[in-house]
Amino acid sequence: MKRKGLMVLPFALWAIIFILVPLGLIAWYGITVEEPVAYTEITLEDGTPAFRLEDGTVQTQEPWQKKAVISFQNFKRMVEPTYLRLLIRSLKIALLTTLICLILGYPVALILTGKDFKHPTLWLMLIILPMWMNFLLRTYSWMSILENSGILNSWITALRNAVPAIDQWFTARGVGNKIIFLYNENAVILGMVYNYLSFMIMPIYTVIEKIDKSLLEAAADLGASPSKSFIRVTLPYSLPGVLEGITMVFVPAVTTFVISQLMGGGKVPLIGDIIQNQFGKSSDWHFGSSLSLLVMVVVLAFMGGLQQIDKDEEPQKEVRIF
Amino acid sequence: MKKLRKVYIGLIMAFLYAPIVLLILYSFNDSKSRANWGGFTLRWYKELFSDAQIISALGTTLSIGFLAAVISTILGTFGAIALYQMKRGPRQVMLSVVNLPMLNSEVVTGVSLMLLFAIAQIQMGYVTLLLAHISFCVPYVVLSVMPKLRQLEPNLAEAAQDLGATPRQGFFKVILPDIMPGVFSGFLMALTMSIDDFVVSFFTTGSGVSNLSITIYTMAKRGISPKINALSSLIFAAVFILLVGLNLRDLKKTGGSKNIEKVKIPY
Repeated sequence: MKRKGLMVLPFALWAIIFILVPLGLIAWYGITVEEPVAYTEITLEDGTPAFRLEDGTVQTQEPWQKKAVISFQNFKRMVEPTYLRLLIRSLKIALLTTLICLILGYPVALILTGKDFKHPTLWLMLIILPMWMNFLLRTYSWMSILENSGILNSWITALRNAVPAIDQWFTARGVGNKIIFLYNENAVILGMVYNYLSFMIMPIYTVIEKIDKSLLEAAADLGASPSKSFIRVTLPYSLPGVLEGITMVFVPAVTTFVISQLMGGGKVPLIGDIIQNQFGKSSDWHFGSSLSLLVMVVVLAFMGGLQQIDKDEEPQKEVRIF
Repeated sequence: MKKLRKVYIGLIMAFLYAPIVLLILYSFNDSKSRANWGGFTLRWYKELFSDAQIISALGTTLSIGFLAAVISTILGTFGAIALYQMKRGPRQVMLSVVNLPMLNSEVVTGVSLMLLFAIAQIQMGYVTLLLAHISFCVPYVVLSVMPKLRQLEPNLAEAAQDLGATPRQGFFKVILPDIMPGVFSGFLMALTMSIDDFVVSFFTTGSGVSNLSITIYTMAKRGISPKINALSSLIFAAVFILLVGLNLRDLKKTGGSKNIEKVKIPY
C-alpha cells in the first residue's frame, strides 16, 4: 500500500499542476475582466495628497492597481460582427479542409490496403515521412511555389510564351501576367490540407487494414459487385477510422495560426491568430482566455457529435451485410 | 483501373513531396533569393556550422527534446503503473484528466501553460520551455505504456516476490522488461513531438531562448536563410535513410508482410 502511494503521488501532483491548474486559470481569466481598483483621494497629516485604495492601503502615487472582476463582457465581445465573422470563417475553413482531406485521403488508404502495391507499409511510411521536416519550412516552401514570382507562375508564363493558344485561352479569361495564388482563403486551405492530409490517411488505413478479408470474399461469393461490397462492408467498417481522421484534422485546423499567417499573409486571420494576438501584441489575457474557452467548447461539441454518429452506426455494422 | 490507382498515389506523393524536393534544391542554390537559380553550391552547408544562432537553436531543440523525452518517459511510465494499480473509479477520473491535453488544441495548451508560469512568476526561458514540453509529452507516454501493462501477466510480479525478489527487483527484472516496447515507443513519440513542436514552445519560451521552430517562424517573416534549408535537408536525409533502411530490412525478413504493427514509424 505504501509503495502504491509513492507511485501515485508524484503523478497526481503533476496532473494537477500541469493539466488542471492551467485549464482552471484559462477558465478564471476567461470569465473575468480587469478593472481599475476603486480609491478615494485623501490628504495625509503632513498635507501631501494621497490615495486610499478599496482594500484600505494608502499610497501617494496615482493608483495603477487593477483587480479581476467576474464579468461576461468578453463573451459579448465575441459575438460582435468582427469576431463572429472570424469565428465563422475559421469553422468554414476547418470544415472544408477536413472534407478535402477526407476526399483525397480515403482513396489513398483504400488503394494502399488493396492488391496494387507490393509493399503498402513502405508507401505508408513515405506518406508520413514529410512530417519529419519542420511544418513551418514545408509551408514556407509552398509559398515559394505559389508566390507571384514563384515557380508555378514562371512555368505558366513559359507555357504561355511557347504556346500561343494557351496564352489566348488565359487572356480571354482575363488572367493577367501573374496569377495570384497566395494570400487568400484558398491558399490557407491548401496549406492546411497539405499539413494534415497524413492525419486523415493513417487512421483510415489502420482500420481498413484490420477488416477481415473473408467478409469481402463472402460478399463476392454471394454475388455482390465490388462497388456494392465496398458500400456494404468496407465503408461501414472503416467508419471509426474516418471519425478519428476527421478529429485529427479538424482540431488543429480550427485553431492554427501559423498556416493562416504564412499562406494568408495576414489577410485571412483566424480565431487562432486572434488568440495569439491577445497573448502577444494586444496583451489582453482575459479576452484571449475567453476565446480559448470558446475553442475548447467548439472542439468538445464537435467530438461529442462525432461520437454520436459512431454510436448510431454501431449495431448496423455487426450483422447487416446485405 | 489499376493504372489509374497507381497514378492517383503518384499524384498524392507528388503533392506531399513537391515542397520538400524544392527545399532540398534551394539548399544547393548559389543565390540568396529563392526566385532564381544561381548554380550549384555547398556553401550553405559549410556556413551552417558557423552560424551561432542556428547552431544554438539546434542545440536547444535537441537538448529540450532529449531531456523532455527522458523525464516524461520516467514520469509517464510510473504514472501508467500507478494508474494500473488504482481502483476502477479513480483510474477513470485520472485517465480522463491525463487525456485532456490531447483533446485540447495546441494553442489552448500553450496559452494555459503560459498563464501558469506567469502566475507562478517563473521567468520564461529554458526551464519553462522544458516544463511545457514534459507536460505535453507525458500523456503520450502513458497512452503507449498502458496497453502493455494490460497485457502483463498479473501473477508474475507476485511470483517474483514469492521467489524472494524485493519489490524493487520485481519491478526492474519482471515488470519493466515486459512493458519495455511500450516505454520505448512512448519515448520516441515524446522525442518526435518535442522536436517538431512550435505552438506550445512559442507561448512558453522567453529571454532569448529559441528552438529551431521558433527561429524558423521568426525568419519566415523576413526570409528564410538557405542555411536553414541545408540543416533541414540534412535532418530529413538522416531520418529518411534510417526509416527506409529499417523498413527495407524488415520487409526482406518478413517477405513483405502487410501488418501495420511491423512498420517502424514512431507515431
